[in-house]
Amino acid sequence: MAAHANEETMVSFSGVGYRAPGAGETRAILSDFNLDVRRGETLVLLGESGCGKTTTLRLVNRMLVPTSGQVLVDGRDTRAWDKTALRRRTGYVIQEAGLFPHFTVERNVALVPALEGWEAGRVRARVAELLELVGLPPREFARRYPQELSGGQRQRVGVARALAADPPLLLMDEPFGALDPLTRAALQREFASLRERLSKTVIFVTHDVREALLLGTRVGLMHKGRLLLVETPEAFLRSDEPLARDYRETLRLPSHIAQATRDPSATEEAR
Amino acid sequence: MNTALRFLSTHWRELLQLTAEHVMLVAVSVAVAVAIGLPVGLWLTRRAALKRPVLAVAGILQTVPSLALFGFLIPLPFVGGIGARSAIVALVLYALLPVVRNTVTGVEGVDRNVREAAEALGMTDRQILRQVELPLAAPVILAGVRVAAIISVGVATIAAAIGAGGLGTYIFRGLRQNDNALTLAGAVPAALLALAVDWAIGLLETRLDARSRRSRESNARRTAFRRVAWASLALGLVLVVAFGLWRGARRADVVVCSKDFTEQVILGELLAQTLEARGLSVERRFELGGNLCHDALVAGEVDVYPEYTGTSLMAILKRPPSSDARAVYEQVKRDYAERFDVEVSPPLGFENTFAILVRGEDARRLNLRTVSDAVPYARAWRAGFGQDFKSRPDGYAGFARAYGLNFDSEPREMDLSLTYRALAERQVDLIAGNSTDGLISALDLTQLADDRRYFPPYEAVLLFRRDTLARHRAAREVFESLSGAITTEEMRRLNYEVDKNGRAPADVVREWRQQK
Repeated sequence: MAAHANEETMVSFSGVGYRAPGAGETRAILSDFNLDVRRGETLVLLGESGCGKTTTLRLVNRMLVPTSGQVLVDGRDTRAWDKTALRRRTGYVIQEAGLFPHFTVERNVALVPALEGWEAGRVRARVAELLELVGLPPREFARRYPQELSGGQRQRVGVARALAADPPLLLMDEPFGALDPLTRAALQREFASLRERLSKTVIFVTHDVREALLLGTRVGLMHKGRLLLVETPEAFLRSDEPLARDYRETLRLPSHIAQATRDPSATEEAR
Repeated sequence: MNTALRFLSTHWRELLQLTAEHVMLVAVSVAVAVAIGLPVGLWLTRRAALKRPVLAVAGILQTVPSLALFGFLIPLPFVGGIGARSAIVALVLYALLPVVRNTVTGVEGVDRNVREAAEALGMTDRQILRQVELPLAAPVILAGVRVAAIISVGVATIAAAIGAGGLGTYIFRGLRQNDNALTLAGAVPAALLALAVDWAIGLLETRLDARSRRSRESNARRTAFRRVAWASLALGLVLVVAFGLWRGARRADVVVCSKDFTEQVILGELLAQTLEARGLSVERRFELGGNLCHDALVAGEVDVYPEYTGTSLMAILKRPPSSDARAVYEQVKRDYAERFDVEVSPPLGFENTFAILVRGEDARRLNLRTVSDAVPYARAWRAGFGQDFKSRPDGYAGFARAYGLNFDSEPREMDLSLTYRALAERQVDLIAGNSTDGLISALDLTQLADDRRYFPPYEAVLLFRRDTLARHRAAREVFESLSGAITTEEMRRLNYEVDKNGRAPADVVREWRQQK
């Protein structure tokens, strides 16, 4: 049972429901949501917009509190956590990074350590280390402002900022969603290798099935506030669940192009 | 150009002082408005439900005409009274809206992603406010301060009406004396001041904007900016405190007030010089608009001002009109003693009644002597009246009824000082001026006799607070000695010296006192 958190479980949802306050009446966003996220895994929540993926993330760091059921982080109900303490040990990366435009790259990355009161030398060393880690040489980038970076660079800074205080848990809300396909692919690859080196627990939200399969140790498929299945990428590809099949279909190239890539002469003709 | 240079060479000292007063009014008001408006604005961003009502109230405050606001403020303790204090309170009320609104807009305009990230990274509400929202909203907030400052420069000209000084003093005096150069001497520096304020704050804005946009801003520069911000705040506070002490410390034996037309200033000056000759210290609070002198007298802000019995009877005491001069005087004397603890002096010797005026050439051509003579012609005429005559109980409505008077169109309402010129320049054909106005002979105007005795007697008197008379023996003697001191002819001549010859009331009065 989800409520019996053991050493292997980092985040546990048991019977979670969330209703958003609206004009007059509330609206169900999540219903009967059960999920255990294991320590060290990357769990990807896949689903179309409005299915409740982001709400699920926000329940983990107590940006939201469930209206029924409970969310446990490290075996403790989020309502029992001090919200500031919980958030500072939970990295958070969002689409378009949400960097502070009036802070340099260095200050952005140093934010949580500074809030935690680290002494200056240690902060500086940590920032340099992280910028190297995400492939932005500090000598070149530390003093720049977010506006002077490309979208991909900004997102790397966002990742570095989330990792700054070495949190055991990382929440990522479509972090690569706004990037062009080539940059996105590069960042996905880098993130995959980064994850190998840092043993973090990651909950990753996306609507891109390719990204889900590439990065997830397990993929959770969501639809209208419910979790339909949680499977490894291999099992997801074999699943009979109709929505999983629909997603699988999108991975296929359109037939006439698929034809062309197999037949070199057709390619010549097309040119 | 020559006129301007001549004016500057003779008035530069006064101009400088008025400008300094103006800058002071604006600086203190804007500093206070920011000190109140910024926290209120920030608080509103945390209390979404209150945002609409509070902004609505601030908006309504801004639509209250400034002269009306001053009227409300005068009787209030602590914040009110006449002089700079009321002016600053009024200016602050006007400046609040842009400051509060831009603070709200600025903070709410911070990128949602940025606020979300700040929250998710575990910043407390305080930290988000200070490190994220305030710095990012600063350019918008500053733009609000800029608007507030420019509004204040404009409204501060009206502050002259309640004796707060500033460049409005020249504007009002110029309008009254029909002197364009004097009006411009107030209006042009005020406009330049507005431009200068706009430019200076604009400069600060660009710098702030650059700070959030441009890279490699040195830390030193940022600290310098912060230092400047703190220094100006501290300076503002010091000014406020110093000003408060200065005002508190200064209280002359007698504070003399006057309304905002030449004759009143001359009478005020005459009274002040006579008191000074008897060794009393006098503070002059001249040129107050509307009935502000009365409000200030009752509130104890001033000790004495010249008034006219008819005005007291109807506009202040709200009693029905009467044409018996003796009865009116006695009634007024009794009522003031009972209701306000104010003593009415013996009549000064002349009457300043409404004078129904037409152009001299019309009067000669049509052989007009009385108002009744003019009634048949009035159907084709246009009339222009000051706000006062248009609205008071013994004013236009009753007057027109008494004579069966009809004009070509609804009479135009304009500033009293402008009606003389409007008549001379044929914009209108009949006005209601003051019988002692020096412009009457200067502009060749003819006064039509009030043959139906509609206008009540308007004998000039002094209204003196009893407690002041009791405190200073010399004041009581002066009070008695001015009985019957000035004839209507003399008053017209004194008015003419100031209005037409552009001389200072103080000089004209000094000369006249020496001749006596």
